[in-house]
Amino acid sequence: MLSHDELTATARRIRGLLVQMSHRAGAPHLGSSLSCVDILVASYFAALRIDPQRPDAVDRDRFILSKGHAVTTLYATLALRGFFPVEQLVDFGVAGGHLPEHPSPGCVPGLEAATGSLGHGLSLGIGMALASRILGVSYRVYVTLSDGECNEGSVWEAALMAPAKGLENLVVIVDFNKWQATGRSTEVLALQPLREKWEAFGWSALEVDGHDMDELASALTRVPDGSRKPVAIIAHTVKGKGISFMEDDNNWHYRIPNLSEVEAALRELGHP
Amino acid sequence: MRDAFAKELTDLAGQDDRIVLLSGDIGNRMFDDFKGRFPDRFFNCGVAEANMTSVAAGMAMCGLRPVTYTIASFNTVRCLEQIRLDVCYHRLPVLIAGVGGGLSYAENCASHLSCEDIAMLRVIPNMTVICPGDVHEVRGALRAALLHDGPVYLRLGKKGEPAVHSSEPPFVIGKGIVIRQGQEVCLLSTGNVLPLAVRSADALEALGISTQVVSCHTVKPLDHDLLAEAFSRFRLVATLEEHSVLGGLGGSVAEWVTDHEPSRAVLLRCGTADAFPPGAGHQEYMRQIHGLVPGDIVRRVQQLLKASVSAR
Repeated sequence: MLSHDELTATARRIRGLLVQMSHRAGAPHLGSSLSCVDILVASYFAALRIDPQRPDAVDRDRFILSKGHAVTTLYATLALRGFFPVEQLVDFGVAGGHLPEHPSPGCVPGLEAATGSLGHGLSLGIGMALASRILGVSYRVYVTLSDGECNEGSVWEAALMAPAKGLENLVVIVDFNKWQATGRSTEVLALQPLREKWEAFGWSALEVDGHDMDELASALTRVPDGSRKPVAIIAHTVKGKGISFMEDDNNWHYRIPNLSEVEAALRELGHP
Repeated sequence: MRDAFAKELTDLAGQDDRIVLLSGDIGNRMFDDFKGRFPDRFFNCGVAEANMTSVAAGMAMCGLRPVTYTIASFNTVRCLEQIRLDVCYHRLPVLIAGVGGGLSYAENCASHLSCEDIAMLRVIPNMTVICPGDVHEVRGALRAALLHDGPVYLRLGKKGEPAVHSSEPPFVIGKGIVIRQGQEVCLLSTGNVLPLAVRSADALEALGISTQVVSCHTVKPLDHDLLAEAFSRFRLVATLEEHSVLGGLGGSVAEWVTDHEPSRAVLLRCGTADAFPPGAGHQEYMRQIHGLVPGDIVRRVQQLLKASVSAR
């Protein structure tokens, strides 16, 4: 397992890659991708029982990025974790390339599900978690949602089912950056109190600082947590995290950085 | 058909431990045997079809063979995006079983009718659409579907449909089954109207019109060889279905005709109209409204045969 400093350095490197990928491909959702970097780094480098050499191992932990619009974060994380060469990231968004702006099935090794339309990932995760029980193979399933995604009714259908089936090997992580595409996620619909909602649905719910590697790693590793319930981690995050002029500015949901903004961002991240 | 489905599925689950049954809070006693024998492979997913469909997809991603089961309209249109993206995009072997296709639940009115489902599902890439014609075809279709390496929509009737076959015919996905031979008219039936096709053929034969009947149980993929032969050999080909004339078997065959050589036969599409039901009524009443009765079918066949002669 990487040290705290190594984890944060990895996250910084990924943030630099994301800015460049967004610029090169002219692809939106940079703010959303930046907000979940630490969640993915803590998952892939500190919690998940995975082997990049055996991406199809039946007993691997599964990670589903249900907020598929932030897939650059997943591509970059999988690449740095060794699932495929980092050089392939230049293929992102290129016509005829294999890295679309929302993932396609099996587009890279280690990608568990094609997502993009919100509200699908948690149900897929339930299916995988139940399969673990049916097949008698032990693994855990991690699903990362956006807060805006919690608008989708299917999320709450899934939230009702997982505790009913006692899926203690299932974790939902909500990337709670307080924004959705066109407004504050706490105002567009009545999202709050979010942790209490998951708790009331029968989950073992906790809140963490979604940019604190130690808090994240600790919560993500402690699964199952002994409660016999599925685990909901409400990760408080900042949209656009890591680049001062993007942080908590929802314009970066769709905006694409120009060259001077890329350079400024890379300087701030300490990239060469 | 639903009892035959439940029994066959239970038998198959005994032979293949990858088979998992997910129910949308329906089939109260019907699956008792399945639940008793395979309690770890039955899940009541509640009244939450979108979630049920994606759960099935997640299971299939792990190597299982899930079957989702509820009323046809709810197991298709309600969760269409989950079928499209989670099941079909990933090309997963999920069997979507819809009970009460077409007008089976007519007494429950429009909410429970399923006359657009074939159209909506067949346009999704990777999807196979099967509508068995009687209980014997249900068994064959279910076995074939569970061996198929991809998504299948199995559109069932409800209960008490008369058997057309005396025993189980060989069942191959995408290959129609000739029920009786004829020379002049060919009736292509899909799903629970197969007995109606046979009765209509009887009526046509009584008028001296030699009529072939085919159970065209697979709407996607279509049986190209069968259609090529039918449109070159017969004077008239008629499609029969408890489904809108838009986009179902009739719509599929009309597309096929457009894409192929000029044919000898004219096409007649018998199905439900592009309209919601006007009010209350059971299945037989609704069939009458839509002209899905032997008298109306015979009359339309005769008219079209006459018109096609005078057009020459």
